[in-house]
Amino acid sequence: MADAVHIPDEAETRARWGAFEWTAENAEQAKKVVARYPAGRQQSAVMPLLDLAQRQVGAETQTNGWLPVPVMEFIGRQLDMPYMRVYEVATFYTMYNLAPVGRYHVQVCGTTPCMLRGSDDVFAACKNKGLVKGGTTPDGLFTLNEVECLGACANAPMVQINDDNFEDLTYDSMSAILETLAAGGQPKIGPQIDRQTSAPEGGPTTLKEMVSENHDYRGQWNEGATA
Amino acid sequence: MTDAPAPAPFVGPLSDKDRIFTNVHGFQDWGIDAAMKRGDWDNTKKLMELGQDAIIDIIKASNLRGRGGAGFPTGMKWSFMPKESKDGRPSFLVINADESEPGSCKDREIIRHDPHKLIEGALIAGFAMRARAAYIYIRGEFIYEAKVLFAAVEQAYEKGFIGKNACGSGYDFDVFVHRGAGAYICGEETAQIESIEGKKGQPRLKPPFPAGAGLYGCPTTVNNVESIAVSPTILRRGAAWFNGFGRENNRGTKLFQISGHVNKPCVVEESMSIPFRELIDRHCGGIRGGWDNLLAVIPGGSSVPLVPAKEIMDAPMDFDGLRALGSGLGTAAVIVMDKSTDIVRAISRLSYFYKHESCGQCTPCREGTGWMWRVMERLRTGDADQSEIDMLFNVTKQVEGHTICALGDAAAWPIQGLIRHFRPEIERRINENKGSAPVMEAAE
Repeated sequence: MADAVHIPDEAETRARWGAFEWTAENAEQAKKVVARYPAGRQQSAVMPLLDLAQRQVGAETQTNGWLPVPVMEFIGRQLDMPYMRVYEVATFYTMYNLAPVGRYHVQVCGTTPCMLRGSDDVFAACKNKGLVKGGTTPDGLFTLNEVECLGACANAPMVQINDDNFEDLTYDSMSAILETLAAGGQPKIGPQIDRQTSAPEGGPTTLKEMVSENHDYRGQWNEGATA
Repeated sequence: MTDAPAPAPFVGPLSDKDRIFTNVHGFQDWGIDAAMKRGDWDNTKKLMELGQDAIIDIIKASNLRGRGGAGFPTGMKWSFMPKESKDGRPSFLVINADESEPGSCKDREIIRHDPHKLIEGALIAGFAMRARAAYIYIRGEFIYEAKVLFAAVEQAYEKGFIGKNACGSGYDFDVFVHRGAGAYICGEETAQIESIEGKKGQPRLKPPFPAGAGLYGCPTTVNNVESIAVSPTILRRGAAWFNGFGRENNRGTKLFQISGHVNKPCVVEESMSIPFRELIDRHCGGIRGGWDNLLAVIPGGSSVPLVPAKEIMDAPMDFDGLRALGSGLGTAAVIVMDKSTDIVRAISRLSYFYKHESCGQCTPCREGTGWMWRVMERLRTGDADQSEIDMLFNVTKQVEGHTICALGDAAAWPIQGLIRHFRPEIERRINENKGSAPVMEAAE
């Protein structure tokens, strides 16, 4: 499904990650995750645990994380699953990184709704900052990937950088976001134009009472005929 | 007909008091206290006291059709679940929050801004179908949304609304959240079940259907987020209220998600069957460049065929109205394209999407999606022969209906729609390209 990526040399990976263990905090979290599923169905926890492991690897390497083979083997032992079943899952789902990525994983949506609203400009802004699709910048700061629809189509075009969405982008706002990140800052998350989430730009056309107060519409339920 | 003509159906605009998702834009807090002030979790025990069969009957009477795309009657789906377990197997409710259809972004708004409507709905629906627990499968990329959902579920447990003796009803019901990790195919119900079981998300052959053997081999119903989240309000306001919106067989309110070339893209709840023009003018500030500039619309998310401007302009936005145009309502994800659009590229990009997302299980889809994309890319540049248009159409027909799940169909339909409505544009590109480049055989 995914295009082949360059996975680091096995001996090197094993030397670095062969002794992978949960941090105390993540060990607790892993227990909580496994408890969500019926007894004997612990294999269900493989996806959340791979995510947790990728995050731990990310924290240890100051990147957005990836899944070295010894870490997948560790998860297999945890859940009493053959390694191959873990590997199958890790390679099937796109959010598991099979190779190291940079500090910021820049995932630009390129699917049609974003394309119609100008994702080409977002890619151009990335290119102008030296980001190359599928690659990591030499300073290890940014990895750029084109991803498929991220489900924010009313706020297109958009990018997900690590855990944050940046929406309603233009060439200029995307450039500014990359500059802020490179300078160690935190850009404003969400829409980059004057807009509340997915409400129309400039203000909502419906439910205007909600803007200023937590309005309860139940009192009006019986007013007038609806149809 | 001898009877007096039925009154004209209500087709919008909806008034605010009839909107279910009052915090859809997130101006207010999603938390449980604020949600209760808006009417969620208001004496849920009383709703449950209606009884399981009565709840299903009300949902059936409301004519709610599934909001995940297929439009299957929700009440009927619930009624397929076993009324008692003959062999001790529990039943499960799985809520599909794997919103990944290009154009769709409604479940995201429900989850991050009105999560308690979903959780209360999970309890009501789970109770009605006699399920022991609900698993909410949220797509992995919804990272913030999943944080909100985990926290909202936690809040509901703390208040005693779910868990043991949920809402004081005497019924035990758990709600769990399961995050995906980036696979469109997990929106297909049996692939989703596989994924929750910790496997690759590859669809299962049916039968057995999930209502017989689903999650962990137990009876399971998979419902879309919106279908579940509207059900408590339907119970509170009655089936007749919900039936007051939209045309016959297309009742209720609906979250529409408008993207693409409108002046103000947005997500908005409206009456079913609202005319396309009214929807766009009222909420989206019109078409970019005016109505004369409209080229085509994909009215229901990427997998339904596009509809040319003149056919859609005054069409009712509902299941039957769009089916009559050779398309569908899908998830009501409306992708608008004006005359600046490279229409072949727009559809070719969707072909790439399906190539990327094919799970690889069935040959017609695994091989076909890649083949179709490669031909589409050549049609985009005109580097093709006229005969290849028919060949491509023919291949889409061979993929369609020959796979375990509907992804093959979803990959075929947008191309069929393009060829049906924009064949002259494809032919023009091929003619213009003739002589400038050698004609090549179809790839592979």
